[in-house]
Amino acid sequence: MSLLDLSISELGRGLRAREFSSVELAGEALGRAESLDGRLGSFLRTTPELALEQARAADRRLADEADPPALCGIPIGHKDVLCTRGVETTAGSRILEGFRPPYDATVVARLARDGAVVVGKMNCDEFAMGSSNENSGFQPTVNPWDEERVPGGSSGGSAAAVAARLTVAALGTDTGGSVRLPASFCGVVGVKPSYGRVSRYGVIAFASSLDQVGPLAKTVEDAQLVLSCIAGPDRRDSTTSPAPVSDLAGALREGVRGLRLGIPREYVEAGLEDGIKAVFESACRWLEAEGAELVEVSLPSTEYALAAYYVIAPAEVSSNLARMDGIRFGPGEPQAPSLLEAYELARNRGFGPEVRRRVALGTFVLSSGYYDAYYLRAQKVRTLVAQDFSRVFERVDALISPTAPTPAFRLGERTHDPLAMYATDALTLPANLAGISGLSVPAGFTAGLPVGVQVLGPYLGEAMCLRVGAAVERAADVWRRVPAGFDG
Amino acid sequence: MAELQAVIGLEVHAQLLTRSKMFCGCRAEYLGLPPNSNTCPTCLGLPGALPVINRRAVEMTIQTALALGCRIPEFSKFDRKNYFYPDLPKGYQISQYDLPLSLGGHLEFEVDGERRSCGITRVHLEEDAGTLHHAGEIHTAKFSLVDLNRAGVPLMEIVGEPDLRSPREAPQYLRALRQLLLHLGVNDGNMEQGSLRCDANISLRPRGQRELGVKVEVKNMNSFRSLEAALEFEVRRQSAVIESGGTVHQETRGWSEVEQATVSQRSKEEAQDYRYFPEPDLPPLQVSRDLVERLRGALPEPPLRLRDRLRDQHQLGEEQAALITERPQDAAYFEAMVAAGAPPRSAANWQLGPLQALCKDAKLDIEHSPVPAVELAALVRMVEAGEVSGTTGREVLVEAFAMGRSPVDLIRERGLIQVSDAAQMQAWVDGAILQLPKAAADFRSGNDRALGPLVGAVRKASGGVANPDLASRLLRERLGRGGG
Ligand SMILES: [Zn+2]
Repeated sequence: MSLLDLSISELGRGLRAREFSSVELAGEALGRAESLDGRLGSFLRTTPELALEQARAADRRLADEADPPALCGIPIGHKDVLCTRGVETTAGSRILEGFRPPYDATVVARLARDGAVVVGKMNCDEFAMGSSNENSGFQPTVNPWDEERVPGGSSGGSAAAVAARLTVAALGTDTGGSVRLPASFCGVVGVKPSYGRVSRYGVIAFASSLDQVGPLAKTVEDAQLVLSCIAGPDRRDSTTSPAPVSDLAGALREGVRGLRLGIPREYVEAGLEDGIKAVFESACRWLEAEGAELVEVSLPSTEYALAAYYVIAPAEVSSNLARMDGIRFGPGEPQAPSLLEAYELARNRGFGPEVRRRVALGTFVLSSGYYDAYYLRAQKVRTLVAQDFSRVFERVDALISPTAPTPAFRLGERTHDPLAMYATDALTLPANLAGISGLSVPAGFTAGLPVGVQVLGPYLGEAMCLRVGAAVERAADVWRRVPAGFDG
Repeated sequence: MAELQAVIGLEVHAQLLTRSKMFCGCRAEYLGLPPNSNTCPTCLGLPGALPVINRRAVEMTIQTALALGCRIPEFSKFDRKNYFYPDLPKGYQISQYDLPLSLGGHLEFEVDGERRSCGITRVHLEEDAGTLHHAGEIHTAKFSLVDLNRAGVPLMEIVGEPDLRSPREAPQYLRALRQLLLHLGVNDGNMEQGSLRCDANISLRPRGQRELGVKVEVKNMNSFRSLEAALEFEVRRQSAVIESGGTVHQETRGWSEVEQATVSQRSKEEAQDYRYFPEPDLPPLQVSRDLVERLRGALPEPPLRLRDRLRDQHQLGEEQAALITERPQDAAYFEAMVAAGAPPRSAANWQLGPLQALCKDAKLDIEHSPVPAVELAALVRMVEAGEVSGTTGREVLVEAFAMGRSPVDLIRERGLIQVSDAAQMQAWVDGAILQLPKAAADFRSGNDRALGPLVGAVRKASGGVANPDLASRLLRERLGRGGG
């Protein structure tokens, strides 16, 4: 039994009752990372000095303040795409080695303001591009439930570290499923907020129109506490919604009685592994038993979503990554005979193959003569995908489906087949195209591997997602299970 | 072969006089600061940083567009223009592509007193790049240093239609545009320092032909003179190519001040594909009709109309009126002088002559002149009334300007008010004739030139306050040459 097995509210009670201090709690997290992360590779770096400083401050607040924030003194990890002032931030890429941002991302600052304690920067696929964490420029992360398997990506380090109890919670980013997929593969909760619900300021961009920061945590309530802290308008990010954040905590207690939940036919009719199907079907039965009405719905544009995504996201990538030119970041190529060659050398050395592939793809689809055929058309598909969702949300309160068609796959299994790798996100990426809310919640296991259920809610429907997610979590009752070898 | 006609269109970039940069809170004023000190994560293009639209820059652009008679669509957006260059920290420039802030206007200007009009395709908003400092010549330098103080300064682009037909028209168009920007208070008009920049597109075609010829883009002209010279050079160069049976290549050329020639920079084949796409970090701009009407209501009087009004109202000369309305602060100073009772033509002469020279030497703008319009008007009135001579007036103005004093106060303190009292003058005149008997005799016998020293002697005897006109008249009378 470790303190890290406890939920945030349980830890909060212990901290307030002085059963343990934030310094002790951070020490335990860092100690576990020190002794166990050699196997996992979930941290790119731990931040013991920062953690100690923040934990001390948190202990003072816990002693002084009548009502300290829920996250005060709670250890948290930041996916390495989040800028942390003075702490190296690489986005999992060699080209950003040594980059110490002079500023904090808004989400990082908001967690710090509430007294959360940063224990480290979490590994991820390079610039968040990947579904397995095998594209990290530094090291792969493995799945704590089976160290031969991937943790999912791109927020694989965040998910694996929460599952293995190396941190209480972590932030990830979800561009096409990068929070929900690893949450499903690692047996933790992962929330993808609606586009614009959480500030992207200080988030190293993958695809700006799709990226959202979201929490990974052991429980739906833990995820809600982190989300409540980071959500809301930010004047530094013009794409944040000005709408106030709804009562997310209240949603957890409401239950699903009387809710109408849709099951998208296109998400369940083909390609699901049997074990996934079985877990999803039991989740459906629980929800019905709790009083929800389940109906089949159709999202007819689903089959085009993947293709549209792989035009739009790379297009934005090709532009977002242009600043990584070897002049401002990376080792640079001062010996190159010309400026053009300096760029080419720096980017060929600094970027991994998947990033180079997407930059090339994105450059192509934006090129004159191809723009209309690819980018413009993909944007039209994106509109259709969004219309599909708005149409079904007139009839249902939320959608449920498996998060992924398979459980965690083996390391190396899909690295040589980019299309198979891309298909991993088939059930998650439509929500990014549409900008709606979603989460993944653990619902059971197949062959010893966790299986997540995805809940999708309307735009700014985070409360609805949490409400349904909490019901699945209660029925599944699996969140206290710890991967073998990380329990103790 | 028919005579060749030039077809010219100008693209003008104007830095906006906002307080902060286009997408961040850094100062828009960047000159003279230590390198890279006027920067933040956003204008440095640091990973993760995001842009936020400068409302004032949008307003200034709309106001300029309205002054040019453009349409302001309700919906506009920003796009990314992608290209690699070390002065462009993000690897793209945030600009506007297919939905600019404004479309379709025109600019009135004059060539040799004749009114012309040139279409304006669009006025849009974008951000400036940083600056590069090469260690030597660009192609041989061992290294180049990047300064991003300028990166992100709001840049308004005014794209003109290819309506100009000779190199002579180009600087006139640009002067009129510059004057408009000055009157709107959106740009400082400084071409040397690059806050106002101009590129030109020029092609030739046989007169009477409808289709346009092959277009060449010319860059690097940083004065009205170099703009005209570069276009004249291009007319000669392209004419020679065409007349010798060759074809003009579509390309970008740069004006070399040293060589007084344009030099090829980039051919059409090497032209960049900017891969424009909508800037996902910024929401589309909704321009409310209320804002447009508010900005329209705040437009100043158009410079050409102001010029004509002042010319007609105050009987100014054509050139005088043009000079006095070149900048709004000049016109304001002039109108303030006239309001304070100075006769308009003299007011204009004093302002454009001695005052402007003093301001120029002191590197002071007229609006910060230590001698305000009301004070100069009072001085002009005294000169006009004959209370001080023009010479004394100018001397006093120089001192007053340097000391920050009122010229009239100085005149009073020093007793410089001109004496026109005949009895007093008579005594000084008699004294001068006694003092300079030879000059007196020479003048009496018809030598006009001898009068000068006599008047000088009167002035000297009077301590400078004798009215010289009166002195000459009295001397003439006394020496028997009155009435002539
Ligand atoms: Zn800045």
